[in-house]
Amino acid sequence: MRKKIGEGYRALFGDSPRAFGTLGVLLLACLAVVPAKDHFREWSGYQSGYLKYIANRGDAATLKRRFEGGIHQDWLPELGVVDRCGTCHVALKEAVLAGTGPQPFRGHPVIPHNLERYGCVLCHGGQGVATTVEEAHRSSKAWEQPILPARYVEAGCGQCHQNTMTGTPELNQGRTLLAEYGCVRCHTVNVPGGGRMAASDHPPSLEHIAGKTTREWMYAWLKNPQAYAVSATMPNFQLSDDDARDITAFLVAQSTALEVAQGPAETGAAAAESGEGSSLYGESFCASCHAMQNAAGLLVGGNVGPELTRVGTKVKPEWLKAWLWNPGQWSPTTVMPHYRFDGKQIGLLARYLGSQTDSDFLAKVSLPPATAEQVAHGKKLVNERGCGSCHEMNGVKKPDNFAPDLSNVGSRSLEKIVFAPGVQEDLPSYLAAKIQHPHRFGPATKMPQFSLTAPQVDALVTALLAETDRAAGLPAALRVPGKVESDYQPAGPAGKLIADLRCFSCHAFNGRGGDMAPDLSIEGSAVQRGWLVSFLKNPNTLRPALIRRMPRFNLTDGEAQTLADYILTVYQTPAFEAGPLSAAGFTADQREHGRQLFYSKYACQACHIVDPKNDKGYVGPTLTQAGTRLNAAWIVHYLKDPQKMRPGNLEPNQHISDEDARDLAAFLMAQTKGGAQEARK
Amino acid sequence: MRGVWRKAGPAAALAMLVMASGCKKQESAKGPAPKGYGAAVTEVSGGKQAGFVGSVLDQPLVVQVNDAQGNPVAGALVTFAAGGKAEVTPAEGLTGDDGQLTVACQLGGEAGRYRITATTRDKQGKAAALELDEIALGYQENLGRQLNEKYCSRCHNQESTAERVSNYDNLATKPHSFSDGAFYNAMSDADITAMIQYGGAARHQPAEMPSYGGTLNKAEVEALVAYVRAIADPPHRQKGMVYARQ
Repeated sequence: MRKKIGEGYRALFGDSPRAFGTLGVLLLACLAVVPAKDHFREWSGYQSGYLKYIANRGDAATLKRRFEGGIHQDWLPELGVVDRCGTCHVALKEAVLAGTGPQPFRGHPVIPHNLERYGCVLCHGGQGVATTVEEAHRSSKAWEQPILPARYVEAGCGQCHQNTMTGTPELNQGRTLLAEYGCVRCHTVNVPGGGRMAASDHPPSLEHIAGKTTREWMYAWLKNPQAYAVSATMPNFQLSDDDARDITAFLVAQSTALEVAQGPAETGAAAAESGEGSSLYGESFCASCHAMQNAAGLLVGGNVGPELTRVGTKVKPEWLKAWLWNPGQWSPTTVMPHYRFDGKQIGLLARYLGSQTDSDFLAKVSLPPATAEQVAHGKKLVNERGCGSCHEMNGVKKPDNFAPDLSNVGSRSLEKIVFAPGVQEDLPSYLAAKIQHPHRFGPATKMPQFSLTAPQVDALVTALLAETDRAAGLPAALRVPGKVESDYQPAGPAGKLIADLRCFSCHAFNGRGGDMAPDLSIEGSAVQRGWLVSFLKNPNTLRPALIRRMPRFNLTDGEAQTLADYILTVYQTPAFEAGPLSAAGFTADQREHGRQLFYSKYACQACHIVDPKNDKGYVGPTLTQAGTRLNAAWIVHYLKDPQKMRPGNLEPNQHISDEDARDLAAFLMAQTKGGAQEARK
Repeated sequence: MRGVWRKAGPAAALAMLVMASGCKKQESAKGPAPKGYGAAVTEVSGGKQAGFVGSVLDQPLVVQVNDAQGNPVAGALVTFAAGGKAEVTPAEGLTGDDGQLTVACQLGGEAGRYRITATTRDKQGKAAALELDEIALGYQENLGRQLNEKYCSRCHNQESTAERVSNYDNLATKPHSFSDGAFYNAMSDADITAMIQYGGAARHQPAEMPSYGGTLNKAEVEALVAYVRAIADPPHRQKGMVYARQ
């Protein structure tokens, strides 16, 4: 053995030329280690894989020319971003590879941002400096912000964008749900740049609840709100029978009587036929805001007000009548308008709604008279459960920060989270499980059980994941603030009417109000006075296909004229003068050209009806009386840019020329004959 | 050494046999025991749904097991296998009295099509399978779906809902449903984009299709095209350059 080693040594290092040669070879081998190590790196495999992947394409030469090997790094010091994602995702900027092929060789879909200016991790999360798949994508002890899973990717947008965008449907829905389900009443969510998320639900005050409903109903509702109304947003607190009994005892005990003016005496309602109440419910368009289950069990109607499927089981008849007479008396902040119902109408509606009952709902409820201990225990429970976060009650203070602050929940450290058994150990799964089944996290969890569908939970998780530390630390210039509601208040007698009719519940004026109906900030430039007065008195519908329509408030002539004059004077656009164009100024040639444009070039009859006998389209409003409804100047400007005149409108902007717009206006201004009856067919 | 092996050989073989049979026993004990046997699985509902990546599909998958005469079989065992990382819960179950089994399907985390295979066996152990395709929409395609709901579905979707009455019947030329692969697959991306941006007249289609180039931005139009491609039935395959040299 020893002899062999000796022979080998001599063969390699026997004399100086041999030793020199051998050392030279060894040195070369050592020098080769570095490039070899590089060659076997993970990313290098992806880069050669990319070249193989594009080799079969017709445009391979172009793609290859644009390809650069090695590590790619984007450094954006002002954003604190160092990204090496482009090292493996080599084709990110190749538009021809967008949305096709396997990862990591896909191009990035078109987005409004420049990839070089914003980098990758700002939106997608993950560890930008890492150059291995595992380290860059998944979380580890040293790095807790993994890549956002594809289904929550819109959370990345929400870090800067507080506004509602068409590109982020999931995020928008999640934020709406946070507000609608009152999540932000218990949880504080501070918005980067100041302020906090506000709730948009209307939990009723319970200070006078005994006048409205019975203790039995309260008990059954508390036990399971969704058994009363499928669409109820109130969560199930999973109360024991005794706890629910004691809370109702307290609610009745704290309730005070409210003095309200009674409406006119009920006349003639008793003698009415049975279908009249239901017709009045339909004619008053209660369904614009309130839903009811139809015979097939489907909910039909809006979600602004509470569902009315079983309302007869809930409310006391006297309360219902007083409420229908003037809801503002009971609740000054209600969004329900003050209809001008007469005694007969109130009687009819109250009888119809009172007949919407469900005997099963209260069948098993029998409560003995409340004792003082029960009331005291009920009050303790109300405080423990945080009922005061949403509802006002006599003697109960609204708790501050009842539930954990969620301002930075998207960056919550996994170390701080206690996972329930069976929940995957990452942040999105934790949030989804906590929202869906709070009681899996132990009996001490105060969070109640909400009834949410799986897509709703996904949307909520998206919205929560957007609340990150990074979002709070980004430069202020990047932030896009959300829409802040103005405190606009119309003045004078018309202002009082607008407040009394709760126009703001559906319409927006000057940056304040709802989005269910058109924004009326410049409506005065659009319509003619005669039409507006008659529409306010009797809002025959413009869009027969809509379920949610403007109700008839039974306004007097004086009220309708006051409102119309105010709208026509105050809500004007500065963009154009309504005066110069009048129907009389158009020539017959222009009208004929307009008719041809309407029926052939722009094929408006696909969505609008001008001739009720032949036209059928009913996506947009009927135009049979456009000539008596609209101003000619408005038609011209509206056709040229519909979204500018009515933001969010569906009518496409077809870049109509000045001449075409004028001739279309000439044709439409000639449409004065057809009445609503004809349009309805 | 060889002697030891010879002695232990039969014992080892016996042990392996026991282990193998044990494994086999475990396998057959897995899942509920079938009470009925069918010859075919058919789809009742739930195929070809489109959902956001990683989400649970809106509608459950409902399959029915029939015997050779086409009558529903109660208590037949149906096993589901999902391609990719899609999940079916429960992964197997017995059909009810109407011969049907309802399961939920969660799509995997990557956009694309997922194939769900439902298998049942007859008494002889011969398998009958049904394949259902489900579509996972990525961010872009999902955005396209939302835009479709807002702008396009009033005319392109024949079905009315409580909130939206379809305008399909009122049009002189009937628009194509976006899932109509036979029609849209024959069009290039550029043609569909032009139809959306400049209206039907730009591609010899009726002017009743208006131009949306002034209303939708480039990203939104691309999203709509991606959505049309994603839900195409039969599926759309990228054409042209990709396999040019093969």
